[in-house]
Amino acid sequence: MKFETPHSVDDAVAILRADPEARVLAGGTDLLVRLRAGHISPSAVVDIKRIPGMRDISQEDGGWRIGAGVSCAEMGEHAGLKAAYPGVVEGAELIGSTQVQGRCTMAGNLCNAGPAGDSVPAMVAAQATARVAGPNGTRDVAVFDIPTAPGQTSLAEGEFITSIFLPAPPAHSSDAYLRFIPRTEMDIAVVGCAVNLTLDAAGTVTSASMSLGAVGPKVKQVDASALVGTICDDAAVEALAAAATAAATPIDDKRGTIAFRKDVSGVLAKRAARIAYIRAKGASS
Amino acid sequence: MAKDEFEKREFKVVGTRVARPDGLDKVTGRARYGADMSAPGMLVGYCLRSPHAHARIKSIDTSEAEAMAGVKAVITRADFTNVPASDGTRDILDNVMANDKALYDGHTVAAVAATSRSAAKAALKAIKVDYEVLPHVTDVDAAMLPGAPELHQGRQQESVPEGFSQNVLARSQYGHGDVDAGFAQADVIIERSFKTAATHQGYIEPHACLATMGNDNQGDLFCCTQGHYMVRNTCADILGMESGRLRVTASEIGGGFGGKTTVFLEPVALMLSKKSGKPVKMTMSRDEVMRASGPTASTSIDIKIGTTRDGVITAATGEFRYQSGCFYAMNGALGAMCGFAPYDLENLKSVGWEVTTNRPKAAAYRAPGAPMAAFAVESVVDEVAKEIGMDPIDFRLKNAADEGTKSAYGPTYPAIGLRATLEAAKAHPHWSAPLGKNQGRGVGCGFWFNFGGDTCVSLMLNPDGTVSLSEGNPDIGGSRASMSMMAAEELGVPYENVRTIVADTASLGQNEVTDGSRVTFAVGLATIKAARHAIEIMKARAAATWGIDAEAVEWVDGAAQPAGPNAGKFPPLTVKEIAATMSNTGGPIAGHFEANAEGAGVSFGTHICDTEVDPETGAVKILRYTVFQDAGKAVHPDYVEGQLQGGAVQGIGWALNEEYIYGEDGTLQNAGYLDYRIPVASDLPMIEPVILEIPNPGHPYGVRGVGETGIVPPLATIANAVSRAAGVRMTSLPMSPPKVLAAIKAN
Amino acid sequence: MSRIHVTTTVNGDAVDYLCEADDTLLDVLRDQLDLTGSKEGCASGDCGACTVELDGRLVCSCLVLGAEAEGRTVETIEGMANGDVLHPLQKNFIEKAALQCGVCTPGILVAAKNLLDHTPDPSEEEVRYWLAGNLCRCTGYDKIIRAVLDTAAEMRGAA
Ligand SMILES: Cc1cc2nc3c(=O)[nH]c(=O)nc-3n(C[C@H](O)[C@H](O)[C@H](O)COP(=O)(O)OP(=O)(O)OC[C@H]3O[C@@H](n4cnc5c(N)ncnc54)[C@H](O)[C@@H]3O)c2cc1C
Ligand code: FES
Ligand code: FES
Repeated sequence: MKFETPHSVDDAVAILRADPEARVLAGGTDLLVRLRAGHISPSAVVDIKRIPGMRDISQEDGGWRIGAGVSCAEMGEHAGLKAAYPGVVEGAELIGSTQVQGRCTMAGNLCNAGPAGDSVPAMVAAQATARVAGPNGTRDVAVFDIPTAPGQTSLAEGEFITSIFLPAPPAHSSDAYLRFIPRTEMDIAVVGCAVNLTLDAAGTVTSASMSLGAVGPKVKQVDASALVGTICDDAAVEALAAAATAAATPIDDKRGTIAFRKDVSGVLAKRAARIAYIRAKGASS
Repeated sequence: MAKDEFEKREFKVVGTRVARPDGLDKVTGRARYGADMSAPGMLVGYCLRSPHAHARIKSIDTSEAEAMAGVKAVITRADFTNVPASDGTRDILDNVMANDKALYDGHTVAAVAATSRSAAKAALKAIKVDYEVLPHVTDVDAAMLPGAPELHQGRQQESVPEGFSQNVLARSQYGHGDVDAGFAQADVIIERSFKTAATHQGYIEPHACLATMGNDNQGDLFCCTQGHYMVRNTCADILGMESGRLRVTASEIGGGFGGKTTVFLEPVALMLSKKSGKPVKMTMSRDEVMRASGPTASTSIDIKIGTTRDGVITAATGEFRYQSGCFYAMNGALGAMCGFAPYDLENLKSVGWEVTTNRPKAAAYRAPGAPMAAFAVESVVDEVAKEIGMDPIDFRLKNAADEGTKSAYGPTYPAIGLRATLEAAKAHPHWSAPLGKNQGRGVGCGFWFNFGGDTCVSLMLNPDGTVSLSEGNPDIGGSRASMSMMAAEELGVPYENVRTIVADTASLGQNEVTDGSRVTFAVGLATIKAARHAIEIMKARAAATWGIDAEAVEWVDGAAQPAGPNAGKFPPLTVKEIAATMSNTGGPIAGHFEANAEGAGVSFGTHICDTEVDPETGAVKILRYTVFQDAGKAVHPDYVEGQLQGGAVQGIGWALNEEYIYGEDGTLQNAGYLDYRIPVASDLPMIEPVILEIPNPGHPYGVRGVGETGIVPPLATIANAVSRAAGVRMTSLPMSPPKVLAAIKAN
Repeated sequence: MSRIHVTTTVNGDAVDYLCEADDTLLDVLRDQLDLTGSKEGCASGDCGACTVELDGRLVCSCLVLGAEAEGRTVETIEGMANGDVLHPLQKNFIEKAALQCGVCTPGILVAAKNLLDHTPDPSEEEVRYWLAGNLCRCTGYDKIIRAVLDTAAEMRGAA
């Protein structure tokens, strides 16, 4: 195995293109686990963290651009980002331990394409996009379209993600992410749920989106229109919960049963919607 | 029964909270654990493990691996040509290197020593094993049925009645009285069936060793183990060498809890070293620890208890079916003995079953066999108390065993501390604190035997009056400090003047493994006796110096003093003064003691726990936890508390989330910490330990072992708390959220 | 196999080593630099026994490649004491019996020090969550949490 440290996006693309067996290394918190367990044996790992810009968080068109090498801990320490997208940041901050936080990235979480990735539902609910660099230049892709199946992405040979973009949040909007795990830390989500809401000045929901993790082969977008036109009252959140339970298509495995995951999808939908609503009401434009 | 050793006294050192002698090494990273040693020219060894739960090994071709660069030795079972003398050791050999069949996912079938990890791993891939996959069984109830896939033939003991598969190896029965007559007197009878999943000790340090073995049949082994004498004896038997030719040195040990009371890598490393002529280091990965060390039994248990309306248990029965993996282990019997041990029962029938399955052979885990039995019994006890409307502590007090009670497993109890723990629990503010919505409080009792066993201690007086103490049991949680304290107490010298080391197998006589909560009791007893031996010699030296009879000398406050008619005639001679002149008064002074220690003294504990259950998700939160346990005498209270806290938290893990999950194909699905969920710091509240001191008559200071009992009550205590919080009886461990939610919804 | 030459700083000292591309920082510390205080409990980021600081941030050294350390600074348990003066956390872990077997202790000390470096007055809950990635199987965490909180108070008092 070779270890590569390209210093530009073009160099990284060139290396990845020349060697289809090479793997991108961001925080390494998935890659190195699988490497050591012998599940993968890449010909090279390409450390993208030394490429300029990869470790930056910057404001762009009222939204936020987060470099592919930014650790989730750094996101949690960024006051502006946290204020704009508390749900996205809380999803990112739920990944792993303090030690994992110091290394793990949202782009890595996304490209690992695990159905339970904690940062993904809130990015999807926020309509985030990924900037993909490749042999044919760069393109922006909806985050939702990056993972295709467990462990698989839509990235073509030679491509990698250079940054994630969170669009400018509308006035009176906010988001929340909750996951269910058996312990309080160090578990992979059994169900994850993000809700993103925009209200009018009076506090009525004008648009709502919801996405679920760990209840299908990839993150799910679920119709959240039950909340639109409401003030997130009990009847509305119950309807949202029913939609979440109905939309979930989980499997039985060591982490949970089908029935449990469907039930808990509804429970988390309710709880996340209420948090997002309170945040959106309190959020200044 | 052992003679009464206990004498009441005022302690000066024992009972204080001194700093441990190995503390500095352990907070600076200097301490050497199993994997921290290396040797010049060392190779690294790795095992090839079966991917199948049950398979006949038709052939193994190692030729390609042997020819690879950097590979210095490849071994299979064919290299182990010696047949071990004992049945037990033959099973151990079959466990560390598969014979004709692989009996579980992870069973070692070959091993490689090479100059680097990458060379060794490449060689493992090049070994060709031709397997014939056989049907497998991992569930205890399924394994007992006639027609189940069978692991062995001809190993069933006569105690097993007809109608069971060959996997059922033994049945044992305990109890007394007439249970049918007893149930006939009962006003209320409750009968329930329980299941518990297998768990792992979860010690953070994986097994590791460094072996050096030559063709002169002499060897040196450095390893993390709970008993280096056991390692020496077992490895010598497996390799067919005299045990005196193998010296084993115990490394610092990063947790064991019973899981390091047998060998796994050690004979393999020795054989690789012998074949390659080079030192070989082996370390297990976490995956290997989970798949192929010694987890606990999983169980299936039926309990029936009958009681009168006013709370007297009239009869009880229990069937304790334990699968202990692929070889015989006495676990069901221990469950059958311990489950009812806290109670004074007129009529009892308790039956243990030992069953083999396609899983790794179970090892001990703190009070092996007892926690699951206590879970089942204490759950029914709780339900019975609820049914007759009695406070669960009062109900237990009404039926509690006492001095003079005929125990569930036969013998009559001497002075015991069960009642004291129950009374302390009842009086504690925790028991009467208010509970909120969705919250429940549980109580549970537990018992463990405790052991003594072979023990040697040497205590050497140094010329400047300081003391060196050699013991033969690895220090797993502060025992060097406890030994130094007891020696200092007995000699009357400051704690700092006694330094305790753990000797290797060539430097001190045979010592039983660090198990059965024996060390503070048995090694402590031997330390006190060795100190007394040294005191006798020092008194004789003083007597000779003064020209009086040795009988006319007494030992007071660390000095020899003339007594009786000679009292006051000579100034006392301190340890330091006696040491300074010992070369002229007869030569070096040392005390020693060797015995098979008896009188360990059984141990009881009572736990209380508050839980909150989320009715929408089934998640359980531990809100408050208090442990009451009889320690006899707490030599170092911090380390006694630590044992109680650690045991309780391991029990919390066992109760709530930990489990071995096998797939349809018989392979382990969660061989790592990510999905084998041991408690993390944020899962827990503080664990309040309450130490009771009911002196053990079998120890000079009254010490009882405390290491194991702490894991016995938690499973039941938490199940009782969750059952009360959720309003539904939980009968299957772990009480993971999907199970709790399903039970709530089914109610 | 050609190996990678890495120059880095470990516990304040400039060091260099040759490593294979798939050697982790933990492999390098233990096998090449003989800094065996960092332990391997899992090699998968779950136990925290291998915790070190990399450029001041806590990481699992089992999840960092040795080659990644080029030009960076690494702090391990071996660098925690100042000569023969123990860090207050080290002193208190001994005095307050916050270790039993001690194999988790190096990782927990490194992690706790990092916490106290920027959060001098943590709550019990903060300490528990901060250390959630450091497994201890012996103590039930009680005495560890108390030792960290007591040390924080002591260091605030001294400051
Ligand atoms: C102890 C532990 C606990 C964990 N807990 C959680 C948890 O709670 N929730 C959770 O969601 N995950 C968890 N994880 C998984 C992991 O930490 C996350 O998925 C993390 O976000 C991965 O990011 P990374 O930067 O470390 O990815 P890496 O390991 O560097 O990469 C992951 C994959 O993505 C590819 N990749 C990385 N970056 C890019 C890029 N920019 N472009 C293209 N491909 C790329 C890599 O080649 C690799 O295949 C845990 C892991 C550990 C070890
Ligand atoms: S060894 Fe690195 S986290 Fe366990
Ligand atoms: S003290 Fe043993 S694991 Fe923490």
